[in-house]
Amino acid sequence: MLAWTIYLSFAGALVLALLPKDKPAWARWVALMVAVAGLALAVAGFAAGMGQGRMIIIDLPWVPSMGIHYLLADDGISRVLVLLTGLAAVAGILFSWNVDHRAFSGDAEHRTNEFFAFFLALIGGVYGVFLSFDLFLLFVFYEIAIVPKYFLIAIWGSTRREYGAMKLALYSFAGSAMVLIGLLAAYTTSGSHSTSLIALGAAHFPVGFQMWCFPLVFVGFAILAGMWPLHTWAPTGHVAAPTAASMLLAGVVMKLGAYGCLRVGIGLFPQGLDPWGFSFLGVGSWRDVFAILAVVGIVYGALVALVQSDFKFIIGYSSVSHMGFVLLGLMTLNQIGMDGAVLQMFSHGILAGLLFAIVCRIVYDRTHARELAQLETMHVAKRLPFAAWAFVIAGMASIGMPGFSGFVAEFQVLVGAWMVNPWWVAVAGVGIVVGVAYTWRALQRGFFSDAPPPSAHVLEQEQGHPLEAITWPEVTGVALLVGASLWVGLYPRILLGSIEPAVKALLAGGGR
Amino acid sequence: MNYADLFRVTLPETVLEAAALVVLLVDLGLLRGAAQQVRRAVAALVGVAGCGAAYGALQFEGRAGLSFDGSTLLAAGGFAQVAQSGILLLTALTLLLVIDSDLRRHAGEYVAVLLMAASGGLLIAAAQDLLVIFIGLELLSLGLYILTAFAKNSGKSAEAALKYYLFGGMSAAFLLFGFSYFYGLGGTTSIAGIELAISRSGPSPLLYVAWILVVAGLGFKVAAVPFHLWAPDAYEGAPAPAAAFIASVSKVASFALLVTLSLNWLMPGVSLAGAGSALEQLARQYSQTWPRLATILLVVATASILWGNLAALVQVSVRRLLAYSAIAHAGYILLGIATVRAYTGEGSALAFYAAAAAPAARSAGAVLYYVLTYGLTTIGAFGVVAVVEQATGSDRMDAFMGLHKRNPLLAAILLVLFLSLAGIPPLVGFWAKFNLFAAVLGVSAGVVPFALVALAVAMSAVSLYYYLQVLKRAYVMAAVEETPLVARPVSLAVLLAIAAAVLLLGCFPALLQNWIGSFVPTL
Repeated sequence: MLAWTIYLSFAGALVLALLPKDKPAWARWVALMVAVAGLALAVAGFAAGMGQGRMIIIDLPWVPSMGIHYLLADDGISRVLVLLTGLAAVAGILFSWNVDHRAFSGDAEHRTNEFFAFFLALIGGVYGVFLSFDLFLLFVFYEIAIVPKYFLIAIWGSTRREYGAMKLALYSFAGSAMVLIGLLAAYTTSGSHSTSLIALGAAHFPVGFQMWCFPLVFVGFAILAGMWPLHTWAPTGHVAAPTAASMLLAGVVMKLGAYGCLRVGIGLFPQGLDPWGFSFLGVGSWRDVFAILAVVGIVYGALVALVQSDFKFIIGYSSVSHMGFVLLGLMTLNQIGMDGAVLQMFSHGILAGLLFAIVCRIVYDRTHARELAQLETMHVAKRLPFAAWAFVIAGMASIGMPGFSGFVAEFQVLVGAWMVNPWWVAVAGVGIVVGVAYTWRALQRGFFSDAPPPSAHVLEQEQGHPLEAITWPEVTGVALLVGASLWVGLYPRILLGSIEPAVKALLAGGGR
Repeated sequence: MNYADLFRVTLPETVLEAAALVVLLVDLGLLRGAAQQVRRAVAALVGVAGCGAAYGALQFEGRAGLSFDGSTLLAAGGFAQVAQSGILLLTALTLLLVIDSDLRRHAGEYVAVLLMAASGGLLIAAAQDLLVIFIGLELLSLGLYILTAFAKNSGKSAEAALKYYLFGGMSAAFLLFGFSYFYGLGGTTSIAGIELAISRSGPSPLLYVAWILVVAGLGFKVAAVPFHLWAPDAYEGAPAPAAAFIASVSKVASFALLVTLSLNWLMPGVSLAGAGSALEQLARQYSQTWPRLATILLVVATASILWGNLAALVQVSVRRLLAYSAIAHAGYILLGIATVRAYTGEGSALAFYAAAAAPAARSAGAVLYYVLTYGLTTIGAFGVVAVVEQATGSDRMDAFMGLHKRNPLLAAILLVLFLSLAGIPPLVGFWAKFNLFAAVLGVSAGVVPFALVALAVAMSAVSLYYYLQVLKRAYVMAAVEETPLVARPVSLAVLLAIAAAVLLLGCFPALLQNWIGSFVPTL
């Protein structure tokens, strides 16, 4: 059933590409229906998989001479991330509902159908990655997801879009080249003549091999997860992208990287994390290295977000900070920390999407201002109370207020990390405090400031031209995302019940 | 050998030559007064029919090959047949692109020369003897020089042809000189015979000199650094179908030849099996002589990968960009040819080489898979360039601006072909690369091959930048001119078919692999 999310998205992309160009409304509705159908399938698949282990969906020989299979399967982790993808897809389309796709591309005509075609192609690739249990199938979908990103940003983006898009594409491909080298090495070394993750997971690679292949593959994927110091594509890419693409980038694409780190990096090469046998300045294994990079990313992202003047950059850097928690959770290698990491993927996917939607779609598209200094004088809270309060909720959720998904996730990560090395938690705690500070600063300056407008003339204009009213797709989108975060925050068991057994199986399968 | 045998084995070549004559006869005899469009179409269609007939003849020739005095001159079946079928298909596609080209005069001669050159390609692909190789190469090359010069009122075309001809003549001289040394060392012109004779007599400095000369000659044919200087000019100046032909058919034929040489000389060849009693001793001597030759190819491959990709980054002409990308691709393919398994002296040399035979055959299969799909893709790429050139008069990248609006279908075809060249799944270029690199590591998983494969993968990530530069203009940048850009129907149909094939073969990579495997039972 879940496999149809992939086929449906690609078929939708094809239909959209063939739609007439002058009918943007058709394109919107087709895209929305495909995304909603995908979400429905994801929910149904999630419900059907509750309490189940790994379920094989389809297993066909694809390239028999090389042992490559078209093998789709789902386990608890996949199902949660597929659900996230479904939510992000629907929200992304809702928040690009009335966007004028002529605005930035410099074209005289609408390219709405093309926009949604690339959008759904990206979504299809993401579904594919989360459901692939063959290493090469996974890689194929992973690359399929990269190309549409480039076009989404380069064609419909804003600030320095061509630069941001190219930077993102090259970082992504540098990462996937590292992954491909690792995969070729693993395929040749295993000798099992199979590329199924299940078979390779049982292959027990030599420890020496794992020691160099693990960091190669892990870093390759972690580039896309925004690991410091290879995160620099993320802020520029997020800022350059149009709203829906920013939401997808932060919402699901960064999760692709984290998922690859978990499923391929840790899943296949668990002994790559073992101690080296010597320690240098207290760093004695790849696990320490990556945990430290993750912690640095948490603090660094938060500190940089604190001094940004562009609202979109604030959220871009906050993504780097929050993804640091995912990587830190993965490096705990214990049940609670890794549960937290997966949950944080879901939580951040929802919340980052929500924050981008509010800042770009609801506020920027109306006020045409993203600079805090400009927004300060615009009294957004008074003129767009919905946006302000939605941001308050999203901000609270994002800084980890109990009751929302972010709290449960980050708390578990920190507990897991404490069991390994309390110092990591101490430093990451600084990141949380700074996180509160930058969110508050953004909230205060962006929405609730009462600084006077630069001149009476502007004030007059403001009163004479009320901002465009909030539309139904925006309300629906905010409700969907806030609802999802609240639901997971209040009743995390529903996701954790699915994540825990899968993480347990992964940890056990890795021979630990 | 008897003449019936000769006729049977060279039937495909004969059919192509006959088709060339028919083309001339029809064009010059019957269609002198007809419109150019008609003459082009008739000539090309007769040529395509000739390719079809030659393909049919290929199925008839049996698996025996042609021998003289116990040594094989021309192989039949196996990898040779894979390459020959590919050559015929790619020639037919090139001919179909001729129909809509802007060739104003001498369409019949153009098609006839193209067919004759293709028959040279067929010879090379099957040749097992130095003399036959040389004849085939000259037949192919002379045709290519003429085709390059065919745009008579274009200075660039003349310049390109002269450069191509001068470099080509020089490299042919190197090749022949090298061959003469091999003949001197081995006392025979048969490839297998030379392998046997030199294995017996052991390595000598002259062997390395001879090999370097041969590599220089063949490096020119496949446009490998440092013998690549002609390529950007020839690709830029030649009429589009000629450039497509050079980039595809000529490549396939030359790499098929390199596969033959590599399977015989660099990897243990057939001759080991027929050597009589002193097999083990011979295998040991073989291991001390031949595998070392691969090193020079590795150097050439590395240089091509690096220089081709880096130089392509700064090109503004799409044809020159394709030329440098062709150099890079030649580098990847040479990796597949040059990687050999080294015998360390432990255990039985015979057993070692028996075990090495299967990976070597797999690697040869991967090389052909790569060069065939690359040829297909690059014909399509030149087809798109030709259409854009006809409409805008330029092959600069900026001529592609706004293509998605001026001709959405053509832009989509360009997207598919260029992403395939960059190696993005699920297009066939990805599988070709993956298959090749996996085969290389299957042959030898040592540090050097692994490092080179890693370099190749990294550089193909770099290559994405320049392919995206073209796609960016087609899809992202605003059009300067918005008038529709019309592609003529036959071109568009051929290009669409190529793009569809690239996508389908990418989604079902086993199809082509099984087809190649059907000719080579050991795969």
